[in-house]
Amino acid sequence: MKEVKTSMAGNVWKVQVTQGDQVTAGQEVVILESMKMEIPITAEEDGVVEELKVEEGSFVNEDDVLMTLK
Amino acid sequence: MSNEVQWQEKVEQIYRGGGEKYHQKNAEKGKMFVRDRLKMLFDEGSWAEDGLFANSENEGLPADGVVTATGKINGQTVCVMANDSTVKAGSWGARTVEKIIRIQETAEKLEVPLLYLVDSAGARITDQIEMFPNRRGAGKIFYNQVKLSGKVPQICLLFGPSAAGGAYIPAFCDVVMMVDGNASMYLGSPRMAEMVIGEKVSLEEMGGAKMHCSTSGCGDVLVSSEEEAIEKAKQYLSYFPSNYKKKTEPQQPVPVPEFEKTLEEIVPKNQNAPFDMHELIARITDEGSFFEMKALFAKELITGFARINGKPVGLVANQPRQKGGVLFHDSADKAARFITLCDAYHIPLIFLADVPGFMIGTRVEKAGIIRHGAKMISAMSEATVPKISVIVRKAYGAGLYAMAGPAFEPDCCIALPTAQIAVMGPEAAVNAVYANKISELPPEERAAFIQEKRKEYQENIDIYRLASELIVDEIVPANKLRQELEDRLDLYSSKNQVFTDRKHPVYPV
Repeated sequence: MKEVKTSMAGNVWKVQVTQGDQVTAGQEVVILESMKMEIPITAEEDGVVEELKVEEGSFVNEDDVLMTLK
Repeated sequence: MSNEVQWQEKVEQIYRGGGEKYHQKNAEKGKMFVRDRLKMLFDEGSWAEDGLFANSENEGLPADGVVTATGKINGQTVCVMANDSTVKAGSWGARTVEKIIRIQETAEKLEVPLLYLVDSAGARITDQIEMFPNRRGAGKIFYNQVKLSGKVPQICLLFGPSAAGGAYIPAFCDVVMMVDGNASMYLGSPRMAEMVIGEKVSLEEMGGAKMHCSTSGCGDVLVSSEEEAIEKAKQYLSYFPSNYKKKTEPQQPVPVPEFEKTLEEIVPKNQNAPFDMHELIARITDEGSFFEMKALFAKELITGFARINGKPVGLVANQPRQKGGVLFHDSADKAARFITLCDAYHIPLIFLADVPGFMIGTRVEKAGIIRHGAKMISAMSEATVPKISVIVRKAYGAGLYAMAGPAFEPDCCIALPTAQIAVMGPEAAVNAVYANKISELPPEERAAFIQEKRKEYQENIDIYRLASELIVDEIVPANKLRQELEDRLDLYSSKNQVFTDRKHPVYPV
């Protein structure tokens, strides 16, 4: 199973995809807000969004899983 | 049989290296024979070799598994040590070790760069008494590497394994290029890991090239083939002098190419929005001259060599597109090493600051972000090469310090007109100063109050005000930055500074 993980701790500011969306490697899927900066998180592989693990406003730590892809 | 014919036969046999099946095995993995690697590396494919007949009285150990040579790369003399993995998997016997030590001594005497073409299984355990513990045993190789460090460039091309003790050869080099799929570094093999600690893991996962270039930081440049590694090594050498007493020869200047968007247009007005610092670097450096170090490791900070008007510079740049350009323990570590590398060989440093500060939180405190940050600030402080600090958009908190801020004696601190310098950004500052006040206000009045205070704060840290206070030395319009850097680097080229006369600092490592 492919996962999209956070690169650093912060708050989920925007989730830019929904379940079932096709994503490609390098595509921005979530934007975190951390250290007052917008932190884009990109998918590392192509896939279809299977499950979103977070919602906007939730705190995430480094390496937390944001979503799974299939 | 004449003497010459006899000689010819012996030499040809040694030139063939190990058994045919080992050659085949290597070829299957995309590995070149050691002598073909050297032909590709040296100008005109020729070199002077010592110790060709090492261990030739013993069967099956041609050159004792290592070629040590002196030759030229792009006209510059260099020394090379290259393992032959067709001979006992490139393992080290007594004469292998002696040959490596001698080529190190040669590089020291000639004051020329030393390249290590590593492809070795490590110590030949059957020979351990002769090659491991003695005064001129393998330990001496590492001792010499430490002694040579900062005197002559030491470059490692990792074509195969560098196992156990052998893994320290790359560790003591200035730069390590790793061939994806074949190169590996590890202290204990996966088989040993399973036996001794019960861990089941693949070689690639534990010590592969990708892992070391992206996670451990032991690798600097990930390449997909041996040819690419050799090409990259030649390119790398072009930024360096032969030794620490000399300066790099300038190359023919190449203008910055034309871009659709100007430098001013690529830097967002919004302080918090990401942008790609690589695009800024492309607009201030000679076309095609950028050579990135540790591109896959701690990407929130970019380190690399480039040329401005034909002369080499080292760039240390925050990358807002990765982790907001925030400094982490790994990025600080990466910067510290790069700065010492540039400083050792008189390569001027340009800091491109766009940094919200050092990361905070439990994770990074446990990782020792404070001591890693101290290491970066220490290396940057000690650097005596021309040092230019450019505040691109913002430098907050200790981020200003780490990026060669005014207190750290850069030759100049230049700001773009939109730059901000402060302990923290407006949002965080207003929150820190007025948190109680804000909570006491009726909710409908809060937004307006915060807006007003942020505006006041912005005005207070206005860059012209900071220039008026002599905090920054110059404000430069974005599109004139390249010219400004070109001029200042030229003016600073006579800089001759000694940091202090003490033995060495107590490094915060």
